[in-house]
Amino acid sequence: MALTREQMAQRVACELKDGYYVNLGIGIPTLVANYIPDGMSIMFQSENGLLGMGQFPTEDEVDADMINAGKQTVTAIPGASIFSSAESFGMIRGGHVDLTVLGAFEIDVSGNIASWMIPGKLIKGMGGAMDLVAGADNIIVVMTHASKHGESKLLTECTLPLTGAGCIKKVLTDLAYLEIKDQKFWLKERAPGVSVEEIAEKTAGALVIPDHVPEMKFSV
Amino acid sequence: MSGFDKVVSSYEEAMAGLTDNMTIVAGGFGLCGIPEGCISQIKAMGAKGLTIVSNNCGIDGFGLGILLEDRQIKKMVASYVGENALFEQQLLSGELEVELTPQGTLAEKMRAGGAGIPAFYTATGYGTPVGEGKESRSFNGRDYILEESIVGDFAIVKGWKADRFGNVVYRNTAQNFNPIAATAGKITVVEVEEIVEPGEIEPAHIQTPGIYVDRLIKGTFEKRIEQRTVRAS
Repeated sequence: MALTREQMAQRVACELKDGYYVNLGIGIPTLVANYIPDGMSIMFQSENGLLGMGQFPTEDEVDADMINAGKQTVTAIPGASIFSSAESFGMIRGGHVDLTVLGAFEIDVSGNIASWMIPGKLIKGMGGAMDLVAGADNIIVVMTHASKHGESKLLTECTLPLTGAGCIKKVLTDLAYLEIKDQKFWLKERAPGVSVEEIAEKTAGALVIPDHVPEMKFSV
Repeated sequence: MSGFDKVVSSYEEAMAGLTDNMTIVAGGFGLCGIPEGCISQIKAMGAKGLTIVSNNCGIDGFGLGILLEDRQIKKMVASYVGENALFEQQLLSGELEVELTPQGTLAEKMRAGGAGIPAFYTATGYGTPVGEGKESRSFNGRDYILEESIVGDFAIVKGWKADRFGNVVYRNTAQNFNPIAATAGKITVVEVEEIVEPGEIEPAHIQTPGIYVDRLIKGTFEKRIEQRTVRAS
């Protein structure tokens, strides 16, 4: 079975380490915050200028001056810091964020990512995504493996305009966990009940399949 | 207004000198920490052909979105603009030009502009549509594009508290682009919720030193919330 959104978030959460500063994109990446392993301290960075983002406020705590990069009202945890957008992207561009998790439309064997623009459709903008992919060393892209029509999103070469070139090394899809190296996708884990054949069929870019592909686990 | 006293008593005075075709750098992220009074004054003055540099363009009927109603904006430099129907309409009809700029690059363009740096190299956008036509260069095996900084004819800024000398502090994430926008205006106008006497703000806590501020005004703010998200208490 393909992973649910929650299972995808759970699998990504296994990559967290105690003391990590983490930036989560909008959508499935946001759900990762719900699966921080017990006993682990993580600080979430929101690129509008907040390090140490907390949960949503209660009705009484709502503060128009306290939002996240998705423009949602949030809170700050004890020990949080707040700063300007220049400072925020300084820490992103400077490689100080330990892990970045974001979504994509397409990725390819060169580590290119397309996530912001579909020609012919209204273009709203890239927000902070281009800075995040250019600045972070440790990025996990979270996406469905193929479109609703079955077309692969893991390609030889992205067809959509890029968000970043050569910057992606890890991908979690609803079918598999893969790494990108030497112009190939390397299959590392498969979703429980998903066959290697299905993954191969839905991966358009070159795919390396080891003899044994372990089933994914959702806790460390 | 005398000496270092930056306080003005009306928005007419605060925005005096604004004319058609000027460039305005604005603080704010979404509707958070936006200079509501300055924006209303720009609408009232009716200046046209404006270039607005701001992360977003408000929503229909609020924030920078109200400047679209009388077609005052010629060009928008922003990272994300998807929140208003009027914007979309004017963009598709060709009345409005938009230069989509990565958020961090936009912030750095303001910072560099205010700091007297004409351009800077960044890896952000290399190999993407943003990098097309821009000078690029390799440093230590990595490719970067050259981005030019921005200085506006006006910068409009929302602070929380300031002293009469224009030393400003910001509240929570209403800080966002405001302190860097404050550095990047030939004329910088700051509106705040409270004006205090010099010395009342701890000098080391000041986030925008008064040297950047030309005009300071006390405003009242609606502070509309774009995405009200709450948890059960």
